[in-house]
Amino acid sequence: MLLAPVVWVLTVVIAYFFFAKTWWFPPPISEHGIAYDAQFMRTLIVVGIIFVLAQFALGYVIVKFRNDGGRAGYSHGNNKLEALWTSATALLFIGLVVMGTKIWAGVHFDEAPADSMVVEVTAKQFAWSFRYPGADNKFGHTDLKYVNDSAGNPLGIDDKDPAGKDDIVSASLKVPVHKHVNLLLHSRDVIHNFFVPELRLKQDLVPGMEIPFHFQADQIGIYEVPCSELCGLGHYQMRTTMQVMSESDFEQWKQQQAQK
Amino acid sequence: MSSSSVEHAHAGHHAPTGFIRKYVFSLDHKVIGIQYYFLGLFSVFVGMTLSVLMRYHMVNPNVAVSWFSVLWPHAAQGGVMTPELYLSLMTMHGTIMVFFVLTTVPQGGFGNYFLPIQIGAEDMAFPVLNMMSFWTTFIALVVMIAAFFVDGGAPLSGWTAYPPLSGAGPATGPGEGMGQNLWILSIAIFCGASLMGAINFIATTVDLRCKGMTLMRMPLTCWTWLVTAILGLLGFAVLLSAGVLLLLDRTVGTSFFLPAGLMISDRIITAHKGGSPLLWQHLFWFFGHPEVYIAILPGMGVTSQLLSTFSRKPIFGYKAMVYAILSIGFLGFLVWGHHMFMSGMNPYSAMAFSILTMCIGVPSAIKTFNWIGTLWNGKIHFDTAMMFALGFVSLFVTGGVSGIFLGQPALDLYFHDTYFVVGHFHMIMGVAAIFGMFAGTFYWFPKASGRMLNEPMGKLHFYLTFIGVYAIFTPMHYLGLAGNPRRYSAFTDVEYLGKLIPVHQFMSYAAYFTAAVQIIFVINLFWSIFKGPKAPDNPWKSTTLEWAIPSPPPFDNFGGVHPVVYHGPYEYSVPGAETDFIMQTDPPSQVHSVV
Repeated sequence: MLLAPVVWVLTVVIAYFFFAKTWWFPPPISEHGIAYDAQFMRTLIVVGIIFVLAQFALGYVIVKFRNDGGRAGYSHGNNKLEALWTSATALLFIGLVVMGTKIWAGVHFDEAPADSMVVEVTAKQFAWSFRYPGADNKFGHTDLKYVNDSAGNPLGIDDKDPAGKDDIVSASLKVPVHKHVNLLLHSRDVIHNFFVPELRLKQDLVPGMEIPFHFQADQIGIYEVPCSELCGLGHYQMRTTMQVMSESDFEQWKQQQAQK
Repeated sequence: MSSSSVEHAHAGHHAPTGFIRKYVFSLDHKVIGIQYYFLGLFSVFVGMTLSVLMRYHMVNPNVAVSWFSVLWPHAAQGGVMTPELYLSLMTMHGTIMVFFVLTTVPQGGFGNYFLPIQIGAEDMAFPVLNMMSFWTTFIALVVMIAAFFVDGGAPLSGWTAYPPLSGAGPATGPGEGMGQNLWILSIAIFCGASLMGAINFIATTVDLRCKGMTLMRMPLTCWTWLVTAILGLLGFAVLLSAGVLLLLDRTVGTSFFLPAGLMISDRIITAHKGGSPLLWQHLFWFFGHPEVYIAILPGMGVTSQLLSTFSRKPIFGYKAMVYAILSIGFLGFLVWGHHMFMSGMNPYSAMAFSILTMCIGVPSAIKTFNWIGTLWNGKIHFDTAMMFALGFVSLFVTGGVSGIFLGQPALDLYFHDTYFVVGHFHMIMGVAAIFGMFAGTFYWFPKASGRMLNEPMGKLHFYLTFIGVYAIFTPMHYLGLAGNPRRYSAFTDVEYLGKLIPVHQFMSYAAYFTAAVQIIFVINLFWSIFKGPKAPDNPWKSTTLEWAIPSPPPFDNFGGVHPVVYHGPYEYSVPGAETDFIMQTDPPSQVHSVV
């Protein structure tokens, strides 16, 4: 019987922290992020109502129908009610998925726009490398046998390939604001995951695969990128940043890198 | 319809004599059920200890604890737990809990003990196979524990063991040598044990039901054990194959899961070509998703059984409950891709998996509505067993609703691999399923031991655990909202995680508290086994067949008599009947027969 108020108090406390947004998403920095938050909110409202109603109903029946002598009502069920709440649930759940389809499509079905800036991403235990093709817009040929971290060639760019001469390699991701970016995701060793909370995006990097992943960031700032797939003992330290810069700052950065 | 050949095999069935035959290599399903239960009890304490160590480390990553260096001289030098040690404890925590607790106790423990009795049989269809299934499980556990003690220690790739982390050998991390091999071997042995058990459960349910025990008169527990067995039969076969392939990649240079062009720790790997890491994920999760239904279905069966008994009302919508169990079982095989939304698999398949995942939420919702419908208009008795069944409903709702977020790939773009997922599966598996086991314990202990568990201790343990688990696992959802990745051994190297550490500290205290509280249950259990007050044959005035026989039951369950069933399993408070319950075996002349 005491269980009823315990369940109700727990329900109120749990719901409170959602209302109060005590621990919450960071603000979104893209159109996709805004759409994401709207779908999340729709789901939260539906789920929140179900959660609160179900826990309250449980507490209610515990109190109202506790044994006080006498016989219980004899019933094997109610088919009409079954049909009703089954269809309502199905409609609600499937409706939510359908509403979220556009968001998923925007990330994964639509190809990156043709004018996207391409950045090659390579993850390894336990660091990130981001490569830009430079002024010739071509990535130089790489081979694992040329990999030399201490000599500043973490990706093994073949220095005999002229296309690679102007490639820029960075340990953190720099992108211009309001511009489509297409990441080509690679992994050197085990599965890693590229996650930017503010973008509301993440994607596994799988050895043996090149996975394209595009987005557009609409707010200048520095955003953390924590690896989000268990990759070994350094997983918790495998972190980089995505810096979103103004167009001019980004050009400046590229030039500074080219001069190195 | 009982098979006459099996009947003849049991004719002249004498009670076993001698300690070894009675208690060690017993063919009696009741003894085997108890053996599984205690294997699971041992395992849950190992798993819980690992989780307490994990929670301690997460909020004290650089603190030296003197006895760490005694236990782990290499992995905790100076008493400071290394990240790799943390990850290996995490891997073993998940593995031991999922396999040796959640897959053994609900099915191998309670199912083994009570399936034959509830359907009116003397024993399982294949008693020797039953005995072998337990001892094979035992061997698997020994091999798993052995992984802690080999060079490099236990593996660190998680209970999900994704290659290449798990497939490329010790270069990917400590524990990825012999430790990972032993892990795979243990799982393979466990698969064998589960397959043995599954065959037995299915054959027994199909063939050994007594006269009058039609499928639609079976207690819902029997339905869940049946569907769980079918899931196990199909799922574990796939896991076994996957494990064999992974072991081959690791030991003989095949390339099922390993592509070309790997460079690990500055060494170029030339031995592999053409493999797909995604193939492992498909195989693993094809098993892994049915596995979670294996973990929860028996608990749902127990909850239905108890809610009906202790409300003195038939289960609301028995047929719908059966269809829900069947649909959960069937759909459970079609949703594995929802573990792989971010994996790089074809994104169009994500939509298919998503819709199917939402579909599987429907029968789960039906069950919840029907449980509340059962309580409605009931006369509810709050014995401890019932408390745990009510707790199950609350926890199942909480744990289940977070699945509505995760089942949408659009939302999974943020929540995948965050604490939101960790909160979700712990609520469902780590708590609701465990409450199902506690409920089964308090309900059936009197039958199995002939004694009663202590009620006040039971209620105290229930309330403290109920609040404790909410305190541990609800905050994980908030951490997920804030973007806290999972499987991190510390939160020191990502700035935005710093403000979340107080939440982790709260959860860690809640974990220490809840773990400590379990001593109440252990004391209650062991004290009551020896000193508990004598139990009547039917302390709960329950209707199913196990309550028509003595507590504890004779070795052949029904004393040589073949029971005959005249009623459905939940005939409580039938209008016009003398008592508020009609046992399934009560002859119809005494009461109005309704089903």
